Amino acid sequence: MGALLQRVARWGERRLPALTRYRRAEVLPIELHRRRIYIVPTGFGTGFALLLLVMLAGALNYANNAALMLTCLLGAASATSMLVAFRNLDGLVLRQLHAGHAVAGEPLELTFDLDSPRARSAIRLDLGSARHAFALSAGSVARVTVAMATTHRGRQALPRMRIWTTWPLGMFRAWSWLHPDQSVLVWPRAELAGPPPQAQGNHSELTTRQPGEELSALREYRPGDPQRHIAWKISAHHEGLLVKEFAQPQRQRQWHLDWRQMPGLDAEVRIARLARWLGEAQAQRIECSLWLPGEEIAPGSGPHHYAQCMDALATLP
Amino acid sequence: MTATSPPPASDAPVSSRAFDLLCLTLVLVLGVHAPHLPWWLSVTLALLLAWRWLQRRQRTGRVPRWLKLPLLAGLTLTVVATWGSIFGREPGAALAVGLLVLKLLETETARDVRVGVSFACFALMAALLFGQSLTSTLLVALGLLPVLATLRALEPAQPARNLPRQLAPGGVLLLAALPLTLVAFVLVPRLSTPLWGAPGADQARTGLSDSMSPGNFTQLLTDDSPAMRVSFAGAPPAHELRYFRAYVMWRYDGRRWQHVRAPRDAAVAPLQADTGIDYRVTLEPSQQRMLPALDVPVIAPADARLTADHEILAARAVTQALSYTLRSAVRYQLQPLLDEATRQRALLLPARFNPRTLALGAQWHERYGANGAAIVRAGLGLLEDGDFRYTLSPAPLGRDAVDDFLFNTREGFCEHYASSFTVLMRAAGVPARVVTGYQGGYWNRQAHYLLVRNSDAHAWTEVWLAGRGWVRVDPTAAARPERVTQGAAAAIGDERGWYHSDWLQGARNHWDIVNRWWNQGVVGFDALRQRGMLTPFGVRDTDTRLLAILIAFSAVLFMGIGLGWALWRRRHDDPLRAALRELERKLARAGVNRRVGEGPQVFLSRAARALPAHREALAALTSTYLQLRYGQDVPPAEPLRAFRRAVRNFRVARVVK
Repeated sequence: MGALLQRVARWGERRLPALTRYRRAEVLPIELHRRRIYIVPTGFGTGFALLLLVMLAGALNYANNAALMLTCLLGAASATSMLVAFRNLDGLVLRQLHAGHAVAGEPLELTFDLDSPRARSAIRLDLGSARHAFALSAGSVARVTVAMATTHRGRQALPRMRIWTTWPLGMFRAWSWLHPDQSVLVWPRAELAGPPPQAQGNHSELTTRQPGEELSALREYRPGDPQRHIAWKISAHHEGLLVKEFAQPQRQRQWHLDWRQMPGLDAEVRIARLARWLGEAQAQRIECSLWLPGEEIAPGSGPHHYAQCMDALATLP
Repeated sequence: MTATSPPPASDAPVSSRAFDLLCLTLVLVLGVHAPHLPWWLSVTLALLLAWRWLQRRQRTGRVPRWLKLPLLAGLTLTVVATWGSIFGREPGAALAVGLLVLKLLETETARDVRVGVSFACFALMAALLFGQSLTSTLLVALGLLPVLATLRALEPAQPARNLPRQLAPGGVLLLAALPLTLVAFVLVPRLSTPLWGAPGADQARTGLSDSMSPGNFTQLLTDDSPAMRVSFAGAPPAHELRYFRAYVMWRYDGRRWQHVRAPRDAAVAPLQADTGIDYRVTLEPSQQRMLPALDVPVIAPADARLTADHEILAARAVTQALSYTLRSAVRYQLQPLLDEATRQRALLLPARFNPRTLALGAQWHERYGANGAAIVRAGLGLLEDGDFRYTLSPAPLGRDAVDDFLFNTREGFCEHYASSFTVLMRAAGVPARVVTGYQGGYWNRQAHYLLVRNSDAHAWTEVWLAGRGWVRVDPTAAARPERVTQGAAAAIGDERGWYHSDWLQGARNHWDIVNRWWNQGVVGFDALRQRGMLTPFGVRDTDTRLLAILIAFSAVLFMGIGLGWALWRRRHDDPLRAALRELERKLARAGVNRRVGEGPQVFLSRAARALPAHREALAALTSTYLQLRYGQDVPPAEPLRAFRRAVRNFRVARVVK
């Protein structure tokens, strides 16, 4: 039955592109308008309509005009609720979409910038099997954050999302498709355990200018240097500011992570291992560089560097 | 940042807010049904409801099955034990309300709540089968507010609100739906005959009945509820001429007078009338087939027929408010010739009753002979001079009731007077009969109609006089003229309670205007009225086909209005830009048009050069605009207002060349 329905839906999509054109990916901003909002009665709405018919028959049969008036009132209110459901979606604009970082298998945070000139209640967003509900206040850009399930690493197109509402009475469901032409990058999942990176050549352990206690040199000021490291007295006799550099007496570790270090391993295994090493380096604040086929990332540390490396891993073929 | 929440799964317990609102709905349903349910049933159901409410506040969850099933069985048994059946209006309503409360016991999920709400709507409608007065309809409509609020509370992601703010949106929705409601109400084709059996007659209601026995008028005369409302085409008749005939009673058995329905093919008594009076009656449900009419109606309205005695007999008992138009004769001769059989019937008296009255009658017959008019005068004289008292609580009468009344107690009301006078007339050889109906009524000056209450019920006599036919004689008027000139209330004097005080009566009379409008316009809008509703526009018969066309037409109209509203978007224009545009329009009228691609600063300085008279004003406006536009992210409110004011006040003076 389900398979048949899907076949019918596919056939309909093929034959009636006008009905389904908004299911294709489109560029932001996406504004919901009358041509892309669909309304159908819900199961409850259908049942209630049947009840109203029964009430109508009863009121007419007993020539009871007060009951007829009540039935008409309920029917008219239900019909009006259909328009309210439509208005609840009409004019909603999806301005921007930001994606957070997530490794495969973990939920990815998607932030929608929704622009709405009027207040809206009980809007729901179905993203895959995940369901979200939110309300918007009038006249401002609202940020709605939802979680998207991920399965594998790499660049992933956003799935088609359904935005819908049964507001206010639950008798009609108004819905529209949101299919932004945007992709998100999902980082590879790190392996759980494995060997540490091999110390290789003289690159792996050397003394470098790492922040330490012992003053080792003076250098020119670069934006971002801590103020207390500025050598004020010396700078006074100099053109620009000079900064004191300290060196760690002990030997600094630096990892050179290299795709080629792991011969004989499957590509995905290598990626998972590199992801684990990158994670450990980030956690232990170890500077590292990364060599990948087609891309080489200079030594560095910090969240930005980590993200750069992970992005590179994620986009590997 | 807007927080999102996963919407509750379809089988998750509903929020306490939705449940509380459903409980409130049920309280209202119980309230509107309480008047016609036995009090102990209402109280039991209310207690059950309160218990369930408290129980769910402690812990969510359904009530166990071992508790539910006995309750269900108990409810059914109670209904069967009380009414003997589960079918019918009262047992059906009791069962519906009971089941609704029991449904609450197993209400946990959103689906349960929706089923409960639907059922509550049905129960609210069922309450209207017991009476469709304006008050009960408004109460039932009030019950829709928690119904709608419950449905809204089932929707996810809602802020907390107090009860009035939860109920108010439903009211707004109902108000918005009102125009469509009214059009649908007017256009839905009414059934001229019911599809299945109509509910049984309401026996509890008192009203005129087809017999008159001691005491059954007393209840009626203290009942202030409206019996009918009459509007006249011309001026209303004088108070003492407002006699509405309902039943003509011939048969007397010594205790009560009885109306005997003449055979269907009996000839209608001939009537010679010169002037007529046209009027329209809206009759409250009387559960009787007889339709009261002023004096002697000339022809019967549709769905009714004239009887031999010129009563109007409807085809069915009046169970809904009924409107009919009539024409009655005011000056008339009814049945100028009386055949012998009818004459004998009009003289028949039960044997061995009221010997003194019979003796007095015989004595008068001897004295006046065939001069009926003289006998009538003698009879009225007896009542006028005989120290008779009008009271609603007369002393009880014995077996010879007429003897007792005329010669002993001498107190009573219309029923006693009419009955005794008719017996006296028959004893004296004058054909006579008792007529019951209404007399008087309250003339509502604001709305121009006559309100006749049940307390205006009256009984009088018709005597047949040679050459004049049946003539109305009101013996009560002889004993107590105020009854006829001032109305029943004046005749009774102080015997009625404080709640009949004048100001209260005034308020009630005003309230009655609204009720009349409701009864005529809404309750009485039946198949017949619907067919005739377009008569003012030249359409004699609004049949089903025309109604269907009208429905289609108004459906399109309302769809247009609704879609127009749904698609309408308020333009959220930037106020600063709007002000600048207004300034541009003003300058354009003076001949300075902003060019494509021209910035405001360049444009305004060009305008200042073109209009030297306004150089300073334009320079000030320019600098203010630039300050507001580029000074801050959002223009501050007070300078913005000042700028808009300055733009509004800016006038380009006409340059006279």
